[in-house]
Amino acid sequence: MLITAAIISGIGLGSMYGLIALGFHVTYVVSSTVNFSQGSAMMLGAVLGYTFGVRLQWPMPLAVLAALMLCGLFGLAVERMLVRPFAERGSNGWLMATVAGGIVLENATLFTFGKEPRSFPSWLAEKPVDVFGAGAYPLQLVIPLAGLGIAVVLHLVLHRTRIGKALLAVVQNPDAARLMGIDVRLAIAASYAVSTVLAGIAGLLIAPLFSVHSEMGTLFGIKAFAVAILGGLTSAWGVMLAGLAYGLIEAMATAYLGSVYTQIVAFSVVILALTAMPNGLFGRAAVNKV
Amino acid sequence: MTSRLASMSSFLRERATLRRLVVAALAAACLVGPAQAQETIKLGLVAAMSGQSAKSGEAIVRGLSLAIDEINAKGGIRGQKLELVVRDDESNPAKGVVAARELVQREKVAAFFGGLDTPVSMAIVPFANQAKVPFMGVWAAGTPITRNGAPENYVFRVSAVDDLVDVALVDYAMKKYGAKKPGMMLINNPWGESNEKGLKAALGAKTLPFAGVEKFETNDIDVVPQLTRLKEAGTDVLFLVANVAPSAQVVKSLDRMGWNVPIVSHWGPSGGRFSELAGASAPKVHFIQTFSFSGNAGPKAAAVLAALKAKYPEIKSLGDVTPAVGIANAYDAMHLTAMAIALAGSTEGPKVREGFYAIDKYQGLIKTYDKPFTPANHDALTAQDYIFTYFKGEEILPLTN
Repeated sequence: MLITAAIISGIGLGSMYGLIALGFHVTYVVSSTVNFSQGSAMMLGAVLGYTFGVRLQWPMPLAVLAALMLCGLFGLAVERMLVRPFAERGSNGWLMATVAGGIVLENATLFTFGKEPRSFPSWLAEKPVDVFGAGAYPLQLVIPLAGLGIAVVLHLVLHRTRIGKALLAVVQNPDAARLMGIDVRLAIAASYAVSTVLAGIAGLLIAPLFSVHSEMGTLFGIKAFAVAILGGLTSAWGVMLAGLAYGLIEAMATAYLGSVYTQIVAFSVVILALTAMPNGLFGRAAVNKV
Repeated sequence: MTSRLASMSSFLRERATLRRLVVAALAAACLVGPAQAQETIKLGLVAAMSGQSAKSGEAIVRGLSLAIDEINAKGGIRGQKLELVVRDDESNPAKGVVAARELVQREKVAAFFGGLDTPVSMAIVPFANQAKVPFMGVWAAGTPITRNGAPENYVFRVSAVDDLVDVALVDYAMKKYGAKKPGMMLINNPWGESNEKGLKAALGAKTLPFAGVEKFETNDIDVVPQLTRLKEAGTDVLFLVANVAPSAQVVKSLDRMGWNVPIVSHWGPSGGRFSELAGASAPKVHFIQTFSFSGNAGPKAAAVLAALKAKYPEIKSLGDVTPAVGIANAYDAMHLTAMAIALAGSTEGPKVREGFYAIDKYQGLIKTYDKPFTPANHDALTAQDYIFTYFKGEEILPLTN
């Protein structure tokens, strides 16, 4: 009973971390930069989905589509304004700029969306179903499937298609890629749009289990980055599996040791794992070919 | 060359003297400042005006403003009108202290009020005692806020006190549900800690064992693992201490587990849209309040509700004055503070503090206060003033026990 409940909770939470962490992976493999406002992009997806679908009563598929498109636009804006000006000059300023961008978005949301957490109803999170003696909402089973599905698609696109190969070429040698006719700027911008759309999907999936408010993404963003590093930023599979592992460690620590120890145990495991395998569980060491 | 150096050094010395003079003059001006007569008496509020608990801040502002209107309509305090200065603490202790400092040092408030969050109030307490400016709690229930051990205590409260609430929660769980082995589900912050101590003490006094103590975070989505531990340990009644959004997460997790355990809660759920967030199981949570307009036959309740509706046209039904505790505590606290300032005959902190002790009787909204404050007791409300309530839709209704 305890173990089944912990496993279901762990897989549900873990796949949410994994989904957001995939966004870190996408931009990293194309541009060696990451968007630290991923948590805010997740919040944006949920807030826009709520605004269109619940407050304005649009049909849900339309609301979701519109929310994700705007998340993509947010990603493009982050890349154009908060990453490109720094990265092109070889500065690491994008680290702070993307953190700041996330804070600006959260506060803008506070003013426009409102101060109170709101509930995002979904028919997938109404009646719990019985899974090996423990209760779970159907949505908790959909999230891991969605996460794994997206990881598979990302892996196939990056490694089996011409577009994917072009994207990967960008990070290996931007100048050579440009000479080969690859639009480097477009490739990087596209990777940012994909990353924020992934965060938006995570936000929309999590919202019915949680509540929609401007700070909902903060903690997720931090944990997702820990997961991305743990998995090794270069592997979509690795990131998703690390997410699941992290969620399971959290849930098991809570179930067997008590909630006071959850964060201590989970982050200690991350540190130990990285000490043993500095490139993450599934990552490859960066090789600079001169 | 030497003479030039000498003249330069003397010039520098003069400048240093000059600077010292300017600093002294400024310091003197600062000392004189508060003694100068102000046209209005300023009173401050540091509360959550944004974030998850924003609705609590709005309720406090309404209660304080209504009382100020009444006092000003009768000519204020010795001809001086009262003015409320509001600062947002965003439920953040550091921001709360900065706001308190600003209210005392720049706005020169005669006294100031606190908000919903115990961690914020706990951070402000040492500053209030040091600055010798009365700090009146109208919501946060942490026991050490008023019982802070300072030799000169400037912190007063018209609200629940965790230690007394915890006694009431245990009594209710035993009387209503025949609790034999309750479990605790507490938010992981100083408020949860304050209640862990209080609940353990209250259970100890009744020699009742407890099944376990579990903590959870404000942004936890899934607390099934914690609840499963409590269930396996044989919990028959669940004590819940958390603000509105995390309380809702506990109710949702219970639903998912299919565990139908009685929930006896501190007043966290009253701080926002609990019914919307917790869903169909919201009415199962029985929580403590100091006041409810619904089913209230008190002489002042109808009059105050009518005045609220007149001042705030957006209030149409009883569902729009949730949480009523914030309004009621703040309303009574403002009247008591005004009485203390009037009795003190001054806005100086130490005199206002004596003024609080001098208050004799006040017929308030929550009850008729009779010598509400003494040097040994800075809490105006007692365990007899608590009621148990539940959410029916958007409205908080009293439970008849």
